[in-house]
Amino acid sequence: MELRIPGLVKGMWVTLKTLFKKPVTINYPKVKETPVPRARGVIALDQDACTVCMLCARNCPDWCIYIEGHKEEQVPDKPGGRVKVRAELDRFDIDYALCMYCGICVEVCPFDALFWTPEYEYSEYRMGEMMHDMDRLQDWLQTVPEPPELET
Amino acid sequence: MSFGLELAIKLVVIAALIPGSALVLGYAELKISAHMQSRIGPYFAGGRFGWAQLLADGVKFIQKEDIIPDNADRPVFKVAPVLVMISTATLFVVLPFGPGGGFVVRDLNLGIFYALAISSVGTIGILMAGWSSGNKYSLMGGLRAAGQLIAYELPLVLAVVGVVIQAGTMSMQGIVEAQIAQGWPYAFTQFLGFFIFLVAGLAELSRTPFDMPLAESELISGYLTEYSGFRFLFFYLAEYASMFALAAIAATLFLGGYGFWGVSASWTGPIFFGGKILLIGFVIIWLRWTFPRFREDQLQTLAWKWLIPLALANIMVTAVFKVVF
Repeated sequence: MELRIPGLVKGMWVTLKTLFKKPVTINYPKVKETPVPRARGVIALDQDACTVCMLCARNCPDWCIYIEGHKEEQVPDKPGGRVKVRAELDRFDIDYALCMYCGICVEVCPFDALFWTPEYEYSEYRMGEMMHDMDRLQDWLQTVPEPPELET
Repeated sequence: MSFGLELAIKLVVIAALIPGSALVLGYAELKISAHMQSRIGPYFAGGRFGWAQLLADGVKFIQKEDIIPDNADRPVFKVAPVLVMISTATLFVVLPFGPGGGFVVRDLNLGIFYALAISSVGTIGILMAGWSSGNKYSLMGGLRAAGQLIAYELPLVLAVVGVVIQAGTMSMQGIVEAQIAQGWPYAFTQFLGFFIFLVAGLAELSRTPFDMPLAESELISGYLTEYSGFRFLFFYLAEYASMFALAAIAATLFLGGYGFWGVSASWTGPIFFGGKILLIGFVIIWLRWTFPRFREDQLQTLAWKWLIPLALANIMVTAVFKVVF
């Protein structure tokens, strides 16, 4: 075994320097951290964009998305025209007690109905309350940051 | 003052000093380790700076259930923490906090010999704890502690021999007085001995980088695995109190104990001594939060191939200087 004295001294110097630096700890309930814009805090839902295609629910590794919907016939454009059918959302729940924040649902959504937002303050005392319904998910939409500029 | 009264006062002071020193060093460890890792550490307990964190921990330990495993050897399991604590507590007998009989429980003329001998008793307690827990991790931890003894005990004693030769006495107060008479501490002449003593002392305290008997990541805290509640608190207190005692012995032998550049007023003694103990305590904590753990065989190599030959050379050179000058 050889003793590597310079390495030992270097290590001691690193810890000594860090000892007198300001800690990086943020004293959370008193001081709030500002997350970066693309932080994965919570997922927001745009109900108008959703077509109940179920891609997000089927791709979710944790099966934490619950979707129910029904078809609604719309009045034809012209009298005697073809009756159009539109899917209406009845239920869209995300169980954040199960969610592992992989973001596959956001990636897979073909109609840009799901967004990441950097909000993180939605912890609860009971696990059941981690289930966010579609109205609550819609409310998160206000906190979605502006998308970055397109590269031209 | 009658002998009985004096003894009673000294016992009370030592009984307060053991948990007190453990609290101070334990709190220092929490805070220093936190800041070395860019954390804050204890913050809320006690209002400011988390000063009451360890008191709260102590209350928590007392509230906990006292668990003894079915497979444990009950009497041995119960005696082991007490034995470790006794080995630490008896070390405090010879620590000189100042000149004269009032600042030391008993200044034995074999002081340093007594300290080194009694500090090894703790290893028996650790071996008992490991053996009696009825758990393979505990057993391995206890046996590692016993194996470690083979490595550190010899360099520790040999490092002290240089100081004893130079001072011409084994009495702890005698060694300090010799340094005060000389004007400068032995750390300047016995720097090699100081280094060896600190390295071997770290191994004796089984602190990082030599914490193989505890080794949280391999042995789930080794011989401590099955201990909980008050018995664990005993081990915890003994660990920090023996760290205090070892720092005090190192300060006495190498940094001039209660004297400071020839100053030897009785009331300044405990202040200088405490300052030196805290300095060495800081270095021990600093080393712990910098270095990773050695392997058991690496410690044996370090001790037998490096520390013991160096200590023997140190003794020879010291003896030659003692005879020639």
